Order: sequence, then C-alpha cells, then structure tokens
Amino acid sequence: MAFISSGYDPKEPMKNRITDIGPRKYDEFYPPVIAKNKGTWLYHQYLKPGVYYHVAESGDKVFTVRVGGARLMSTLLIQEICEIADKHCGGYVRWTTRNNIEFMVDSEKKVEPLIKDLESRKFKGGSFKFPVGGTGAGITNIVHTQGWAHCHTPATDASGPVKATMDVLFEDFKSMRLPAHLRVSLACCLNMCGAVHCSDIAILGYHRKPPMLDHEYLDKMCEIPLAIAACPTAAIKPAKVEVGGQKINSVAVNNDRCMFCGNCYTMCPAMPLADKEGDGIVIMAGGKVSNRRSAPKFSKVVVAFLPNEAPRWPQTTAVIKKMVDVYANDARKYERLGEWAERIGWERFFEKCELPFTHHLIDDFRDPAYYTWRQTTQFKF
Amino acid sequence: MAKHKTPMLDQLESGPWPSFVSDLKALADERTKNPKKLDFQVPVDVVDDLLGLLELSFKDGATHWKHGGIVGVFGYGGGVIGRYCDQPEMFPGVAHFHTMRVNQPGGKFYTTEYLRNLCDLWDLRGSGMTNMHGSTGDIIFLGTRTDQLEEIFFELTHKFNQDLGGSGSNLRTPSDCIGAARCEYACYDTQDLCFTMTNDYQDELHRPAFPYKFKFKFDGCPNCCVASIARSDMSFIGTWRDDIRIDQEAVQSYIGGEIPPNAGAHMSRDWGKFDIQKEVIGLCPTECMRMEGKKLKIDNKECNRCMHCINVMPRALRIGKDRGLSILVGAKAPILDGAQMGSLLVPFVKAEAPYEEIKEVIEKVWDWWMEEGKNRERLGELIKRQGFQKLLEATGIAPDARHVKEPRSNPYIFWKEEEVEGGWTRDVNEFRKHHLR
Repeated sequence: MAFISSGYDPKEPMKNRITDIGPRKYDEFYPPVIAKNKGTWLYHQYLKPGVYYHVAESGDKVFTVRVGGARLMSTLLIQEICEIADKHCGGYVRWTTRNNIEFMVDSEKKVEPLIKDLESRKFKGGSFKFPVGGTGAGITNIVHTQGWAHCHTPATDASGPVKATMDVLFEDFKSMRLPAHLRVSLACCLNMCGAVHCSDIAILGYHRKPPMLDHEYLDKMCEIPLAIAACPTAAIKPAKVEVGGQKINSVAVNNDRCMFCGNCYTMCPAMPLADKEGDGIVIMAGGKVSNRRSAPKFSKVVVAFLPNEAPRWPQTTAVIKKMVDVYANDARKYERLGEWAERIGWERFFEKCELPFTHHLIDDFRDPAYYTWRQTTQFKF
Repeated sequence: MAKHKTPMLDQLESGPWPSFVSDLKALADERTKNPKKLDFQVPVDVVDDLLGLLELSFKDGATHWKHGGIVGVFGYGGGVIGRYCDQPEMFPGVAHFHTMRVNQPGGKFYTTEYLRNLCDLWDLRGSGMTNMHGSTGDIIFLGTRTDQLEEIFFELTHKFNQDLGGSGSNLRTPSDCIGAARCEYACYDTQDLCFTMTNDYQDELHRPAFPYKFKFKFDGCPNCCVASIARSDMSFIGTWRDDIRIDQEAVQSYIGGEIPPNAGAHMSRDWGKFDIQKEVIGLCPTECMRMEGKKLKIDNKECNRCMHCINVMPRALRIGKDRGLSILVGAKAPILDGAQMGSLLVPFVKAEAPYEEIKEVIEKVWDWWMEEGKNRERLGELIKRQGFQKLLEATGIAPDARHVKEPRSNPYIFWKEEEVEGGWTRDVNEFRKHHLR
C-alpha cells in the first residue's frame, strides 16, 4: 500500500488549512417537497406500521417509509441505501434520532414499490436489511452505545444484545398494538453514552467487582490525585506498596465502599474493572422523556443483575419480552409503561411481571434514596 | 474465506432484525475482493480482524480495547478518539483503530451524493465501518490509523465543506429533532437554531476549555423526540403561550370516527370506538377541557401544554401562534452523583434569528460554570452543589414560581446580610445591658 496524500503537508500544517466551518447546512439536503413546505405542515397520519404521511397547507403530501437498521453500519450498506434512495426518492434519505432510516416520496403510488423493494433485501445470513416498522404505539429501534465493538469501559456488548432483543421484539416493531409507544435503550456502562436513564425499558451494562490495581504501572500511567478525586464514594486513597523489593507510590481501594461506577478507570487505565463473572446487565424500566400527560421520569432498576450470556443474552431478552407483554395486556390506552407501573403500584408491577424483589432494588445512594421509600400506609397486598 | 472463525457471532446472523454481523462480514469480503481496486490506506483485513476481536470478546465476556490515547488533528482538542486493541499481534488490522466524529447535518437529512462521497473517503482511508449515528448525533467513522487523521480532515474540509464534531471537555456536537422540516408540532426552527449555535460556538466545540462535556439539544415541542430534557446540559424545548387552535369540524370527525385518533398510531389493535371524554378530556392533566354542546372548549390559561390532546387529535388541534422555547438546564446521566433531569431556567423566550437573547443566557451560564465548576463537574452538579439561586444570580434571571415544582419544605434559608434589616453587625455589650449573663 502506497501512501496517498490528500494535499495536506505535514511540514506546514497551517498551509491552506480550513477549520471551524461546522456541519453542512441542513437545507442543502432537504428533498424538494420538504424544502417547499417546511414550517407549513398541517397534520400527519399512519397508513400502516412504519408508513406515514404529512400534509402541508399547500396540499402537498410527503409519504415516509421508516426502516430499522443496525447502528453499526458498513459503507457497503450505506451505498445500498443510496441506491434505493436514488431509485425511489430522488436521491434523498434521512436517519431518525433512534437509528432508523426514513425514505420519503412525494406521492402515494410510489409507496408500495418502495416497500416491496426494501422488504425484498436480505443479508446473506437471512436477516432483513430494511424491515419496515418502528412507528406509533409500537417498539422502535433501540438507541445504544459501542460495547465490545469499540469501547474501553463496557460491562456488556451493545450490538449483540440489541440484535438479540430486537429479534425477540420484532413483532412489536412491525405492529402498533401497544397502549403507547415503548422505547428500549442500551448503554454498555454507567457512563451511559446512550443516556438510557429515561427509557421505558433500559438495558445497562454494569460491573460488580472493584478495580484491580496494576501497582507496578499505576504511578507511571496515571495522575494519582485525579484517580483519587474521581471516586464518588471516597473509596480510594494514596498508598505505598512494595513491588520487587521497591517501595512505590500507588493507591489502595476500600472495596466495601466501591459502587463499581468505573470512574477511577476512566481517569486511570491501571485500575481495570472488567470481569467475565462480575460484569453483566441491569434492567431498568418506567422512564420517559416526553412531557405528555405526566412529567418526564427516570427509569427504575427492576432487575439488579443478569449475566452476560453471549451471543444471545436469553435471560435478558426473556425479562424484556415478559414486561412488554404484561404491559401490553394490562395498561390503558395512552399509558406509558412508567405511568402504568405507578397507577397499579410497583408492588403490583413486580407481581405481574413475575420479577423477584430483592434488597438491591431499594435505593441507598445518598439523599434521593429517602424519597423513594414508602412514607404512607397506602400500599397493596 | 473468513480470516477468523466466529462461531458465536455467527449465531447473530439468524433472526429477522438486521444483523450487524452479516454486514461486517459482507464488508470484510468486499475489501478482500476489492472490486474498485482501491489502494487501501489502512490494512485490507481491518474488518476481518474487527470480527475476530469481537468474537474473542464474546468468548471472554470483556472488551479488548485499550484505554484512549491522545491523537487528533492539529489545532483541535476534540473530534478524534484514540483507540488501540490489547491483542495487536493476533489482530494487527485493528491494532490502531481510531474514531473520528463528523458533525451531522440538521435533522439528519442527506443527499446520496454526499453520503457516497463520505463512503468513498472512508473506504480508502478507514475501515469502512461507521455508526449511523453516534449517541450524541455525529456520523461516526470507526477505525483508522494516526497517519490518516490529517488526510481525512483535509479532504473533509477541502472537498466536502465538512467539519468534525466535538469530544472531550468541550461543547459536544449539538443535535436537533426533525422540527419544522416535517413536523406540525414544531414551535420553532430547531435546525436553524442548532446550526446557528453550532457555528457561532465553533471555538467552544473544537477547543476544550470547559470543566467537562457540555451538550445542547433542540426539541421542537414538549414531546421531546431528541430527549433534550434528559440528555443535555442546556435543553431548548419549543412551546407557545397563546391558545391551542381548534378546528371544531375536525373535532366532530374524530368523535364520529371518520378520523382515527392519534394519527392512527394504535391501529394494530381494536381499542373500541373513540371516546373524546375518556381519551382526551378525562386524560388532560390540568382538567382544562370540556364539551359545550358540540363544541370543544379549552381554558387555555390553565393548559400546561403537555401535548396529549394535540397528539390524539392532530387534525383538530394545533399548537398556538405565539411561539418560542423554554430553556432547561443541567440534565445528565448518572455518573457520578445520580441522574439529573433538566430544570426550568427560562420559561419562555422567542426563538428568532440571530437568537441574541438565547445566546446571552448561554454565555452567562458558561461564564459561571467555567468560573465555579470543578474539574469534571457537569453543569447540573454545579447547580446542585451551589444551589439554583446561584444560577439565577449568575444569569440575572428573576425567581419565578415556575422555577419550582413546589416551594421548599425546610426554612433553612441562606439569608443575605443586605436582606436583613440593620445588617448582621451587632454589639454584644449593648445586648447584655438588657439580657444579663
């Protein structure tokens, strides 16, 4: 392989340098029907799961076909998306905030040929490339993080459990039978690049073993004061240790105080936490971000730990499927999962979803914990 | 023929949901065959080795990526994340596997021409694997080597008029909902505000000068499709302060069953005949709606704009005309002191270019946070540590009952000396003249 220069001259990095130009302007990429009718849309309506249209004051309509996709995506697949967009959509396409792809056409007669084309395309292994769905009172694509594919702090994989979960929830991606929309999210560690803390159902990777201490290298690789300051429970203190007959600077960890957040590892690579048995999944439920009817809510921990069962995480997907089905049958129309759980009471939620309640689920982290205990005689038997 | 055996990953090729494993394998194959005869600038077997490494992680139940590494492009402190694998001898193709964040366009609309250009660039100079998109919103290029970073940046800026996004302790790439481009609920032009703020604050985005990361997200209405209220240090949520517009004829069409409720979002199940009393009026959180004969009446003054009635009857009810946005601050995920939702700071501000009033609030918040924030302290944590009052002082915003869900239930008020008549300096001897020891 021969190095191909872009024109950049490493000896003169500032020569012809262009910086601070920001992203491309949004309206360069609008399909004509969007450019023409922006800001004048009147209403929208679903034709079937995954397919909806918007009507503008001008009378123009835009028909959107939404498909799911893996967030981890090759240029090969993006080029195939381009080919479809060229064939059906005049060369325009968009992504949603939840990793779906939306193909837009300006007349209803273009919808069915587009759907037929999308649904006919499959990967060599047999899965759909572009399943149509993910709208309305159903389950849309999972937002997630990098996991073992590209991250240094994960306690679980991301793309693997997402694929396994969406396979199990596929019928609800293809339909709109639920009382309200249901958002599933995954973050592979507590850093939550995926910010799953306000999702109807959240899959969260979590460590359960305190950091190991690579004493020989710790002081060379890390700023010890930063590692100490990083600990939210003050479990880390400076320590002198003997390695190979020499006294060297390092740290000591009070393991009983560790809450396994991994913040020390973020600051200090010589304090790794990851462990096959220690790492696994926390399931949270009942969060939402919309202000519709009730205020936005945090998700609550409903399963303290499930092991990482690669490649298909069967216990995790079984718990999720059970919660979705119980919610679907029991909640009232328009009720989000968290609103339903609050109405029937969390004690009833655990009973109906057949989830064991253990001490791990009672909050004991600082002041907010108190506000989650029951300060009333109103409860259900 | 695949370079590595991947029996565990292979089990993720079955099932209906799009398989990232099949996609990775197809790309690995394509690179081996190289039909376009590209002179690949990173190892040809980079995707093979990514599959091999991932298979090893599935077996080991742990990641094989090392902690960071400082790489970047000249003059920027963000946009590139260094990544190295911890088994470089087994998987040399991914020994160096850095990420580049490419600032996505508003609403994530694309032309195929633009996407193809990015693909060609990334096939030549990177692994060909991407995230569409990263959690914060960028297009993510996954996996290239250090010597390609400047080359990719040069091509992005010179050929495609395209800049990198943010990473590290800086303004992270702002993101927006689809907004007015294709949504009737948009109370302001999210894409224009997002684009303007991204460009006006390029220095903050590229050159880390903050205590920690800082996120902007722009939601066009209280439905919050980009989750700004949960995920951004400053959340801009569209709202209105006049009356919901009612089309009484369309209300009757909903009652008569001619239009399906909630735009037909519940169509896969028979929920029975639409009942406006039960489904709209009875579910209004402020009980500000009623039917008077055949007319739907809304006591708009009591409405808290939750969007439920508008979501259920989009053809009958529309957002008001006096529009703007609310600003909420301090949302973040649980690291470290627990998760925080955004707290209301500015109940209403007009959102019209050039957005000077909004920028004034942003800059006052930043000034305070940069002065008072500790290393790696998010804005929400600073507000918790110093109190909401300090934020109000810093921004010059007058306290308002809308700022709280309820007033405090303890009387431990930090009175200021100037608020107390006569001040705090007293003479104990004078006191003792009337109160013996």
